[in-house]
Amino acid sequence: MIIYFFSLLSILISGGAYNDYTVGNKESKISDSTLKKIVEFDKNAITLPTGFKSSVFYENLGRARHLAVAPNGDVYVKLEKLKDGNGIFRLTDANKDGVAENATGFGNYIGTGMAIKNGFLYASSDDAVYRYKMDNGIATTNAETIVKGLVNKRQHSSKSITLDDAGNIYVNIGAPSNVCQVEDRKNASPGKTPCPILDSAGGIWQFKVDQTDQSYPQGIRYATGLRNVVGLDWNKESNDLYAMQHGRDMLFQSYPQLFNQQEGAVNPAEEMFRLKKSADCGWPYCYFDNGKQKKLMNPEYGGDRNEAGVCPGKTQSIIQFPGHLAPNALLFYTGNMFPAKYKNGAFIAFHGSSNRSPEPQEGYYIVFVPFKNGMPDGNWEIFADGFAGLGKAQGKADYRPTGLAQGPDGALYVSDDQNGTIWKITYSAQ
Amino acid sequence: MMKFISINVLFIVIVAGIVSFFEEEGNTTQPSPAASITRGKKVYEMYCLACHQADGLGVTRLNPPLAKTSFVLGDKKKLIGIVLNGFDELIEIDGDTYSNVMASQDFLKDKEIADVLTYVRNSFGNKASAILPSEVTSVRAARKTN
Repeated sequence: MIIYFFSLLSILISGGAYNDYTVGNKESKISDSTLKKIVEFDKNAITLPTGFKSSVFYENLGRARHLAVAPNGDVYVKLEKLKDGNGIFRLTDANKDGVAENATGFGNYIGTGMAIKNGFLYASSDDAVYRYKMDNGIATTNAETIVKGLVNKRQHSSKSITLDDAGNIYVNIGAPSNVCQVEDRKNASPGKTPCPILDSAGGIWQFKVDQTDQSYPQGIRYATGLRNVVGLDWNKESNDLYAMQHGRDMLFQSYPQLFNQQEGAVNPAEEMFRLKKSADCGWPYCYFDNGKQKKLMNPEYGGDRNEAGVCPGKTQSIIQFPGHLAPNALLFYTGNMFPAKYKNGAFIAFHGSSNRSPEPQEGYYIVFVPFKNGMPDGNWEIFADGFAGLGKAQGKADYRPTGLAQGPDGALYVSDDQNGTIWKITYSAQ
Repeated sequence: MMKFISINVLFIVIVAGIVSFFEEEGNTTQPSPAASITRGKKVYEMYCLACHQADGLGVTRLNPPLAKTSFVLGDKKKLIGIVLNGFDELIEIDGDTYSNVMASQDFLKDKEIADVLTYVRNSFGNKASAILPSEVTSVRAARKTN
């Protein structure tokens, strides 16, 4: 209680001064007094732009990863750690007051992916994708295995999913590696060319939504050269797949002659890609340098912060963010509840950094990027903040944003995998 | 595995405390580890801190903690072996697993490894005996013959 009081106090005292954000080398300033205010004075307080309101929809689910909202408003949450033996929870808010009264668990496996489309609930473990038929709007609990046998070597093992409108499901298969070195994460160990990991991981695979027991032979490697993706979404306006990459670690620790401590903290960029079929985004050979503002060769592959090598020929990202923020969810907003500027724009949940030490940690917020015709249209801005509480700089955040979902009424739902808190964010004109 | 760790952590902490007490009692000729701890802190900051963090508590689900675990306070040879060989095993503590791979740090000198492990064994709430360069040398030698 005392901590929350001080947390609140520090936010109030810091007033308009605390909202200077750095975007790569560019700075975008957000005025606190005009855009933000504290909307909830409880322990789960998050800050939102004026007119937005949050409620704690549910708490204490533990490692709550991605979530999806059914047409009837039920919220389904995938867990990375079983709770009472269950890996999926259905949360119901019968009286529509923004707080769920009931939670029903099923699915005895851990995982991250969660999606709902055309009468089916889709969920992923760390090596498979399952689906459940919805009956009278509620998911039945008999799992049908649609994809199995995917690479799962602990590192970057979560499988995120999204669906298009043509009967396909897209599954991220993260590379179990930092930068495909001969010895993973070892100082000065050289990178492998070609990187053999890319045959079965380090990309996004496409499968059919309605075929059972698919694996690599039935799938299509839709995009490659992506180290690890947790946030991905199908954009209905541009009819393309978009993904947020988690950039590589340890540039300062491995190459102090090229990156000082501060440069290591903000490099490489976390990148958003618009993916056409057969896209190659460059991992492990390339990284995006936030100082040089371009894709360059990784030092493990002979890079010296100037050598562009094969990188100009790779798929280029459409927007970049500071390093290590860990984008864990991407959602294109198609609802009508929020003001017009949010329509078809991107919300990104940044889980927050750990690889910036000994520099302060950063992230733990939800960003909004305005879009026009399927491309970013203006600077990104922090939409929801305050998840970390006082533990932000030390990487000991109170809450860590991980999942995003849109309700049938246009409300935005956010999950946290530190405590398993689910927030519902709504808007009403004042 | 989980049960083994969770049940034994407390026990090992207690035993390690007793052992280190007796070691200090019986080993009055051993030089104070203070200088080794000071040098070890520098090694830690360069090669360990990025993952295990300044407070030694690691990162949830990525990098395991170094505070009060049997890995740090238990068998010295095993601990030295982790630094020399790296670590890529599934471990579970309180239902959480740790997904990052630790690379071999065998490029560090025996003295640097002894210093950093002495620092780790006497930081973050840990209290255990020092590790000597000769102990690292013997583990490294045994490793080469394997």
